[in-house]
Amino acid sequence: MAAPSSHISIRKVDGIMRIDFVDRNILDELNIHQIGEELLKSVESETKPKVVIVFRNVEHMSSAAYGTLMKFQERVKIRDGTLRLCEMKPRVAEGFTITKLIRLFSIHETFEAAVESFN
Amino acid sequence: MTKPVPAFRCDLTLRELREGLESAQTTVADALGARGYPEGAMFAVRLAIEEAVVNAFRHGNLSDPKKVVFFRAAIDDARADFEVEDQGPGFDPRLIPDPTDEDNLEIPSGRGVMLIKAYMTEVEYVKPGNKLRMALVKPTSP
Repeated sequence: MAAPSSHISIRKVDGIMRIDFVDRNILDELNIHQIGEELLKSVESETKPKVVIVFRNVEHMSSAAYGTLMKFQERVKIRDGTLRLCEMKPRVAEGFTITKLIRLFSIHETFEAAVESFN
Repeated sequence: MTKPVPAFRCDLTLRELREGLESAQTTVADALGARGYPEGAMFAVRLAIEEAVVNAFRHGNLSDPKKVVFFRAAIDDARADFEVEDQGPGFDPRLIPDPTDEDNLEIPSGRGVMLIKAYMTEVEYVKPGNKLRMALVKPTSP
């Protein structure tokens, strides 16, 4: 069952935490701050979390959103966990390529491929 | 044969980030749409305006509520030109660390200007560095 949240939905199935962005546009700084808070909270009581963020709904992302994702990945690593990103639309993926953040994140075509990569 | 749409001009004074940005984005999207700019161009402009206006309020005006941001646009059937000017002292854009350098890759900020340069055709900071001029030449295909 999805946890109630304004910007993300979180489901945990078979030890994998799946996080879907609800918003189409991750642009506004206030929203990004809230998303960051929700993301950090999602792993605060987890040990070695395996997290997949699904970008299926996302059309636009601003530079502030990259920073939030980087901080989240750091938090996941501190908890000895692993983060995967998946299902990006071409324009969102392009932003990761331009900024060379594809070198920092593990990005996959599908949710299934992201889950498979944990093995 | 379609009739050319007259050139569009606007000169807005943005007093608050969220409302100001929304106003600028809506105005520009309508003008671009009316002149047949393809979706990819609309995306590029939206992203560039977002980054430029946020930078102007946050880094230029240092979020001082007494300061405003001036937003100007001139859009015709061939190109879209924009100016975003803050009331800060300006800065030297050459001093921004390259966020794609290996040493800077993990720094979570500083990618806005890079995205603007990637998506717009022309980008120029006017001395003393508190005014950004950027333009997008209308692409011939989406």
